[in-house]
Amino acid sequence: MSLVINTPIKDDVLERINVGDIIYLNGVLVTARDAAHERFLKHGLNLPLSLKFLPIFHAGPIVKKVDGGWSIVSIGPTTSMRMESLEYDFIERTGVKMIIGKGGMGSRTADACRKFKAVHAIFPGGCAVVAAERVRRVLGVEWLDLGVPEALWILEVENFGPLIISIDTKGNNMFDERIKSINSKKFEMLKNLDKELSSRL
Amino acid sequence: MDELVRLLSKFIKTVAIRLPDDVLAALKALSSNENSYWGKAIYSLMFDNIKLALEKGVPVCQDTGVLMFFIDVGTKFPYINVLQEAVTAATIKATEDVPLRPNVVEPFEEKNTGNNVGTRLPWIEWNILSNADYAEIVLYLAGGGTSLTGNAKVLPPASGFKGVIEFVLDVVSGYGLNACPPFLLGVGIGTTVETAALLSKRALLRPIGSTNPNPKAALLERIIYDKVCGLEIGPQGLGGKTSVLGVNVEYSARHPATLAVGISTGCWAHRRGVIKIKSDLTYELPLYRGVVL
Repeated sequence: MSLVINTPIKDDVLERINVGDIIYLNGVLVTARDAAHERFLKHGLNLPLSLKFLPIFHAGPIVKKVDGGWSIVSIGPTTSMRMESLEYDFIERTGVKMIIGKGGMGSRTADACRKFKAVHAIFPGGCAVVAAERVRRVLGVEWLDLGVPEALWILEVENFGPLIISIDTKGNNMFDERIKSINSKKFEMLKNLDKELSSRL
Repeated sequence: MDELVRLLSKFIKTVAIRLPDDVLAALKALSSNENSYWGKAIYSLMFDNIKLALEKGVPVCQDTGVLMFFIDVGTKFPYINVLQEAVTAATIKATEDVPLRPNVVEPFEEKNTGNNVGTRLPWIEWNILSNADYAEIVLYLAGGGTSLTGNAKVLPPASGFKGVIEFVLDVVSGYGLNACPPFLLGVGIGTTVETAALLSKRALLRPIGSTNPNPKAALLERIIYDKVCGLEIGPQGLGGKTSVLGVNVEYSARHPATLAVGISTGCWAHRRGVIKIKSDLTYELPLYRGVVL
């Protein structure tokens, strides 16, 4: 299924989406990665804006100053797994509805998605210029003292995607299956390795 | 010196916005071999992105890495005394001009320097060429996602190549999903963690499709390649038969008591470029056919 979603994101729209669906986003998207998660959850600072019903993007853009504001030069996803230890609390405390990044996330995040009706989606890594094309303008920036990559960039996006749903509101996790499959293949690949090496190497 | 800085900063820009010829050719070959639904969609987006980056003259990926240079410099290169200073100045200039993402964070101050220069950065690995009058400079922009895969370990020699392969598969199956596959896999074999790790990074600088000149090392490359492909990680980890751009093994002789293994990966947007600068500052760009700085 392919679907366009507007922000603020409504629960009933989100609940119809399943793992493997592709969505495109219209509205407001806020970047938040390692340092922003830590400042909020570990150092106890209040977020400078409400993320309720909004999507966040695990991303640190390249930006350029233009008269009176900013423009996004290049903005692709960063590895979501780095935020795994903090994402449950982040979802619970902010009411954020969608986490966008690359690679999968773990069982804690999947629990939070089920409990608080949120999803995780991946944007294909490295496709940062395609993503920048879908950003209509920069609405603002907060916590810029964390440095450009770690700041909260508040963006207006149009048809932002493709976003592949990897965790849905039922808590299904596409990457659980991927990891299981890779591990069982690894087991096969390492079977009889002694024998194989003595005949080949 | 000013002219050298200008030349180097344009070279940095080229590496950030354009994939080298060998990487592009390898990606094209892989994409025509991929049959998975997601895999095909992802390759198509990747090629759109590569084209758009070039048209707009902006970095292919927002993560332009921490700049790492591998410099072979001739003792008779007229700019040998100012080369390090020129590389630093060019890094600052390119960060502003391209622009690159400011990625350098001082660990104890937790402060981003804003210009991609910091303590011991940009990182430079030097190699001296006796009596040569040119410099050959390799620049590698590795993003954070692909650098997180990096690992090294010293095995007892009794582990043998079996131990090497097991370690590689453990690391790649655990973190490879996040390293923006199809990735290039570098394996270094040596005596100590740091030499094996550095060799694994140097392995990533080799042309895609090349093989180690030692036939046994080349065979190890082939075996690791087959095993990693067998994991079916696929583009972006979503499954498929194309998972790697290649497997390169580099090695040194080792101490009889150790067998060190280093592992590095390079994401699909493998931005490593080479420039050969002659004594009169004319240059060659062997990996970017037809490109003029």
